[in-house]
Amino acid sequence: MSGHPVGGRASGDNVLAIENLTVGLPAWSDRKSAVSGVSLDVGKTEIVCVVGESGSGKSIMGKAILGLLPKPHVRVTGGRIMFEGRDLIALPEDDMRRLRGGRIAMIFQEPMTALNPLMKVGRQIDEVIEVHTDLKPAARRARVLELISDVHLPDPKRIVDSYPHQLSGGQRQRIVIAMALALEPALIIADEPTTALDVTTQAQILHLMKELQRAHGTSVLFITHDFGVVAEIADRVAVMRHGEIVEAGSADEVLRNPQADYTKALVAAVPGLKPRLRDKQAAQPLLVVRDLEKTYVSAGGFAAPARRVKAVDKVSLELGERSSLALVGESGSGKSTLARCIIGLELPEGGEILLDGERISGLTRDQLRPYRRHMQMVFQDPFASLNPRQRIGDIIAIGPMIQGVSREKAHAEARELLSLVGLRPEAADRYPHEFSGGQRQRVGIARALAVKPKLIVADEPVSALDVSVQKQVLDLLNELRRKFGLSMLFITHDLRVAATVCENIAIMQRGRIVEHGATAEIFANPQHAYTRSLLDAVPGKDWINSLA
Amino acid sequence: MKTFWQRFLGNPRVIIGMFWLSVVVLVAIFADVLAPRDPFAIVATPFIRPGAGYVLGTDSLGRDVMAGLMHGARTTLLIAVLSTLVAVAFGTLVGAVAGYYSGLVDDVLMRITEFFQTIPSFLFAIVLIAVLSPSALNLVIAISVVSWPPITRVVRAEVLSIKSREFVQAAVVAGQRDSAILLTQVLPNTLSPLIVTGSLLVATAILVESALSFLGLGAPNQMSWGFMIGAGRSFLRDAWWLVTVPGIAILITVLSINLVGEGLNDALNPRLADL
Repeated sequence: MSGHPVGGRASGDNVLAIENLTVGLPAWSDRKSAVSGVSLDVGKTEIVCVVGESGSGKSIMGKAILGLLPKPHVRVTGGRIMFEGRDLIALPEDDMRRLRGGRIAMIFQEPMTALNPLMKVGRQIDEVIEVHTDLKPAARRARVLELISDVHLPDPKRIVDSYPHQLSGGQRQRIVIAMALALEPALIIADEPTTALDVTTQAQILHLMKELQRAHGTSVLFITHDFGVVAEIADRVAVMRHGEIVEAGSADEVLRNPQADYTKALVAAVPGLKPRLRDKQAAQPLLVVRDLEKTYVSAGGFAAPARRVKAVDKVSLELGERSSLALVGESGSGKSTLARCIIGLELPEGGEILLDGERISGLTRDQLRPYRRHMQMVFQDPFASLNPRQRIGDIIAIGPMIQGVSREKAHAEARELLSLVGLRPEAADRYPHEFSGGQRQRVGIARALAVKPKLIVADEPVSALDVSVQKQVLDLLNELRRKFGLSMLFITHDLRVAATVCENIAIMQRGRIVEHGATAEIFANPQHAYTRSLLDAVPGKDWINSLA
Repeated sequence: MKTFWQRFLGNPRVIIGMFWLSVVVLVAIFADVLAPRDPFAIVATPFIRPGAGYVLGTDSLGRDVMAGLMHGARTTLLIAVLSTLVAVAFGTLVGAVAGYYSGLVDDVLMRITEFFQTIPSFLFAIVLIAVLSPSALNLVIAISVVSWPPITRVVRAEVLSIKSREFVQAAVVAGQRDSAILLTQVLPNTLSPLIVTGSLLVATAILVESALSFLGLGAPNQMSWGFMIGAGRSFLRDAWWLVTVPGIAILITVLSINLVGEGLNDALNPRLADL
């Protein structure tokens, strides 16, 4: 790198200047350009957050900076990207390669796919240094160890020789950050780097990124969908929608005093931390779970013993009629397994489940069929939970028809349900691929309601949705609960969502319920250390509390 | 996004393949009208060169090669399509059951499938015909028996991935029976790879049928392309058209089926075609 820019833009303190960037999409897409006329500066030692919902073009913009667009269909059609005095769009591929990983580094969302599973992580960091510098192996080794201890991984000497699968998700993301920092880049582009992580790990990684950014004087362009994360980390914010920047400014201004209507709506859609209160006391228990146990056994190979994991470990809980309980836990806590045991998708090996006083655990699928009328499930992924080859009407009508309702009646009721969940009745004749994620989740809810159940088990029903859609779906669930007098078991990893939806919370960790009680009490006075750490880790909690 | 038909028919290779296939199918259907006489009938002196009178000449016994080609198309296509349908039906059944129930059922069914897969398929077909005696029905049986294992593998792999999707779990929660789940939820979603593999299987079936007929193990008293090549092979140096004409017919037909099959694959999986 030969000193500072001579020509070009005379702005000494901007590391990156995007001017009027337009990225064109192929002719068959539903819009002409992914990014249209975007201008954005990133100053020295500044963290700029680009916030937007899916399809806003924020990731495409990040890829355009690094020249990683899926050519030839998607390409830059206008504008400039000035970095250290050079226009990255006009840069030859060889120079671009030198820049990538050198002066500009990238951190991706999924650390497992960003690392080569067959290479020791130390060697992967080493490779970055080897490609870009002339350091001798011994010096490189020292630098790798230094980087690993910089990102606060314990026992660097052991970590260097580990393979990615031997590390946890958070540790892998730390390795990716170490790789990004290896050559002291001027700019790091981080595309949703904490989205795939658990909330406590996310808090640690955000803290680490901020600390390292300060220590190394690096600039960061941080792409995210989560306003909580923005509140934690950003100096400046740009809000994107449909490929355009609708609002930009300092983090304080945008978060506390948003100007654009879209930003206001997004901020309003962020679930608050205000706990939901119990309506009335102690109703008749509808669902009782006692000492439930479920162990997963993975088949052992030759001479290797079978591995046993206790997914659910002597869990007991109660859910009253017309009330709701949120099961909150991080990935691997056993919350989904517990839900699947209750709904009859998994067979527990110990304990019992009572629905309305009747024992439903240990029944075969045929014996369980009559009880399906009383409990139904809403699934997580709106794109996988609807059969792409069935019409919406058939998808909804299937439950009642199995319970003996005539075809005509079931289909007529399906149309009524569709208007109840905010879709048009004509949707019944169409196929799932014609609908957006939020609309599909509404269909999923209509399917669960079709048999008029007393209990709905919802497994992360909004975690795959954008924040504004998430709010609409949660509002809908709320309204339907009141209308039908439903009880709900709500599984989520997000305390913010749990607090808005449910008046009771059970916190799960490693297959056990560590704390169980009214949401308000747990929020006001958490007893267990794990609950406290979960509450502390909620991204942007100071900001959320200041809004309320 | 273009529709399936736009993608399928917009592909020039598909158009070429479809053109030839429709010619062959039409000829096979109307063979009795186009060449009303028995293709085995002796119509002229032997070894008349292709040209005026007999467009494709006559063979060693004075039979019309053109008439043989037309009636042969009927035999060859019928046997190939029927045996493919049988193979697809049986392969789908085995693959679906193995994939859906997994565990012991899967192990047993897949070991049986592998048993059939490890026997060299053409030799196996010869043995089957030798045991069963040559006839049109036995040809269909022999060709299906040697060609179902790949279908089973494709269907099993698809079923394995689809049955873990949430809409299948939703059907379980709704209380649907296994057989209904398999038929209404899982199998409709395996259709695209199945159609592609099945269409390519027709091409293989034509080749196997022709090879068996060439060896004299084809359906007796029915003219077929393989039989024509077999009968004409001793006169290759004196009467080149006896072998060449049916040989080229097989070549172009198999090529056309492959073109259409590839086109189906591209149209059903637009993302893959883009890469």
